[in-house]
Amino acid sequence: MSEDDERQQSPPSDLEFVSNKARNCNATGSGSGHPEFQSAYPDQVLENVLENVLHFLTSKRDRNAASLVCKSWYRVEALTRSELFIGNCYAVSPARATARFTRVRALQLKGKPRFADFNLMPPDWGAHFNPWALAMAKAYPWLEKVHLKRMTVTDDDLATLAELLLGFKELVLVCCDGFGTSGLAIFVNKCRQLKVLDLIESEVSDDETDWISCFPEGESQLESLIFDCVECHINFEALERLVANSPSLKKLRLNRYVSIGQLYRLMIRAPQLTHLGTGSFSPSEIAGQGDQEPDYVNAFAACKSLVCLSGFREIIPDYLPAIYPVCANLTSLNFSYANITAEQLKPIISKCHKLQVFWVLDSICDEGLQAVAATCKELRELRVFPVDPREDGDGPVSEVGLQAISEGCRKLQSILYFCQRMTNAAVIAMSKNCPDLVVFRLCIMGRHRADPVTGEPMDDGFGAIVMNCKKLTRLAVSGLLTDKAFDYIGQHGKLVRTLSVAFAGDSDMGLKYVLEGCPQLQKLEIRDSPFGDAALRSGLHHYYNMRFLWMSSCRLTPNGCQEIARAMPRLVVEVIRSADEEEMDDAVEILYMYRSLEGPRTDLPKFVTIL
Amino acid sequence: MESGCSKKLEEEKLELRLGPPGQEHSSWFIKDESLPSFGYFSSLKSNGNQAHKFPPPEDHLVGSVLASPWAKNHQPKPPSSLQSSEKKQTAMPSNCPQKRTAPGPVVGWPPIRSFRKNLAAPSSSKVASETPVGLPHKVANEKKTVVAEPSVKGLFVKINMDGVPIGRKVNLKAYDSYKKLSAAVDELFRGLLAAQRDSSAGGIVNKQEKEKPITGLLDGNGEYTLVYEDNEGDRMLVGDVPWHMFVSTVKRLRVLKSSELSAINLGSSKKGKTVEN
Repeated sequence: MSEDDERQQSPPSDLEFVSNKARNCNATGSGSGHPEFQSAYPDQVLENVLENVLHFLTSKRDRNAASLVCKSWYRVEALTRSELFIGNCYAVSPARATARFTRVRALQLKGKPRFADFNLMPPDWGAHFNPWALAMAKAYPWLEKVHLKRMTVTDDDLATLAELLLGFKELVLVCCDGFGTSGLAIFVNKCRQLKVLDLIESEVSDDETDWISCFPEGESQLESLIFDCVECHINFEALERLVANSPSLKKLRLNRYVSIGQLYRLMIRAPQLTHLGTGSFSPSEIAGQGDQEPDYVNAFAACKSLVCLSGFREIIPDYLPAIYPVCANLTSLNFSYANITAEQLKPIISKCHKLQVFWVLDSICDEGLQAVAATCKELRELRVFPVDPREDGDGPVSEVGLQAISEGCRKLQSILYFCQRMTNAAVIAMSKNCPDLVVFRLCIMGRHRADPVTGEPMDDGFGAIVMNCKKLTRLAVSGLLTDKAFDYIGQHGKLVRTLSVAFAGDSDMGLKYVLEGCPQLQKLEIRDSPFGDAALRSGLHHYYNMRFLWMSSCRLTPNGCQEIARAMPRLVVEVIRSADEEEMDDAVEILYMYRSLEGPRTDLPKFVTIL
Repeated sequence: MESGCSKKLEEEKLELRLGPPGQEHSSWFIKDESLPSFGYFSSLKSNGNQAHKFPPPEDHLVGSVLASPWAKNHQPKPPSSLQSSEKKQTAMPSNCPQKRTAPGPVVGWPPIRSFRKNLAAPSSSKVASETPVGLPHKVANEKKTVVAEPSVKGLFVKINMDGVPIGRKVNLKAYDSYKKLSAAVDELFRGLLAAQRDSSAGGIVNKQEKEKPITGLLDGNGEYTLVYEDNEGDRMLVGDVPWHMFVSTVKRLRVLKSSELSAINLGSSKKGKTVEN
């Protein structure tokens, strides 16, 4: 699900697939080259058959495995791969990717490390889409879909996509930046076959361009338009026309500059919507309240296919009852911008029996979570965000809410929970009540905070999670944690692929436990923890199997990092410092290292050194 | 020597702009109120020359829409607070990182993306300050002025053309003469203008026939004329002053219909040509 494709030089150690026959074959072409199995058919026919069969192979991992069987399979797999996923845009160059895979229709690229989202490194670090845009335009004229996460995309890149890729259908930008409304304007204007434009949590600069009116006139094939993150006014009349001209529109997420009155007008034009982001969910003028307000309840009632509701960016809770008609059908509800109380939530959530995904603010308190637990028996994913994201803020949710959820929502698979206090007991309870947990991310906002009831570190709680939740692949830890917690993770977290650590551990042993114990570890991000060079060394056997390692404000020295760089030539070891600092202090502020077939990248900003 | 320094300072002051993300390193420091663990404050203190890089406080509010996520973090604080926050706990590795230290803001903690912050404002205050749609955030953005965004590699200015809703940006550093700029403008807008004409005429797009080159931008003979807005906010005809002087004062470009030029109040001081009715 999140592995690089390009590993023909160093196959992952977890691939046991290679059969005896295939051992004679070498994917890189330096072996004997011919399959052993006797065949009366010429190679070409075999390849044709293979090609047809491989078309059905969609999973990345299966395809990666198939490509290692022998040269012939490698070649055919490369020809038939239509969806290319590259988890780290610097792991492989556009040239190499386009040389190997020649018939790609969909590209997915990820750029910056996740901790960049939290201002831990200067902007301008890299992850530019530009070289990829140019390469794609040349190599894949039939490219239809581009999905980018944490990349810098310029207006020109958008123009490139729109102008050079004739059948382009789908653009999804998640946590991206570097472009503005003028780029959007050109893009939507030139992409005549556009079906999907999803801008999610991206930074869009306001160039004062009315991009909505740049959609071509006439009927459009638009199926999804998501722009809730765009912090600019939009031309509502143009949007209304667009929605009216888009009979296939299923997903529409408005930004907060759309008032509830305007939302109404859109909803009555698009009752076929399945996913709706409501915009501000408040009126544009309070003066209008005396006048006839439209029948919002009716508008929601007309949307019989609505399963996913979000938005509520500047909610006036009085309007909440309007959504009652759709609650029973909702599988996904995102209230994470709605500062509402438990009392305001209860009448809604009590109707949401089918709810599987729920994002909410902690303003609903433990009481609100208890209401969720009482009704939402199908809940798979819960995210509780803080209204007041400070370390020493009020704590409206606590172990009480977590306990309630664990008891009521037994099918829970993924949880992200911000709180000010948490007990081991509640975490242990969740580990036992929710055995299907795949993602467990607990953020106790006070650093180094112990269990308030027992005074103990949070080791046992997280230990129970890795012990009891046998499907766990993603874990984020917090609170007061000793090396013991990491010992547990190393011993039991055998499927963990992503681990996030902050302000935790006592010594190098903590990191060693994890690096030595977790064979599936792909992404490790650590900040402000006392792990040093010795710990770093203990992962040498594993780093080629990982997508990246991030360590900031730990105890690394340039020498220690240099050692790693020398020992592992295919690892790019970046030392990142704050933009103004002198080169190479005694301490390494940020270490970011990742496997790559390309060696050091050429677009380094001044504040990055590659060892 | 000193005048050279102050001129550099002047230029650098001019160069501080609120551009799209990725343009400004210096503003990264000032806009985040919390103390990052990179120890930059020590470099702040030790190198007094750094001071001139910080934009004045009121600029912090400006362009919150434009700047990258970390800028939204910013709550306006007087510069003096930068000094006092040194006392706050840093996340630098120390002898006992596990000891509970005095709580103070730490960069990126808790790990919430900036667009999820500032949710605590109750809806009633929104009601009170609400103005008709289209205005509330324009008020906040009022201070945002049209600016040029310099960077190491280019000087990007916005350029709009009459009759074309899509604005573009040009990198003035890529050209060294008005002729080249004029050619670039033609290239940028020719297709867009043709598309606009087609959509308004309701006709079928025939690229070869309908795309006319845009000429005469500089001599007043074409259908369109290139004008610019300088650092004093005046509108000027492009082409009157030496190129390098133009580049240093231009803030924004516009392509206007020549027939409407007389109606526009052009700056008088540097005008070489006049456009009569």
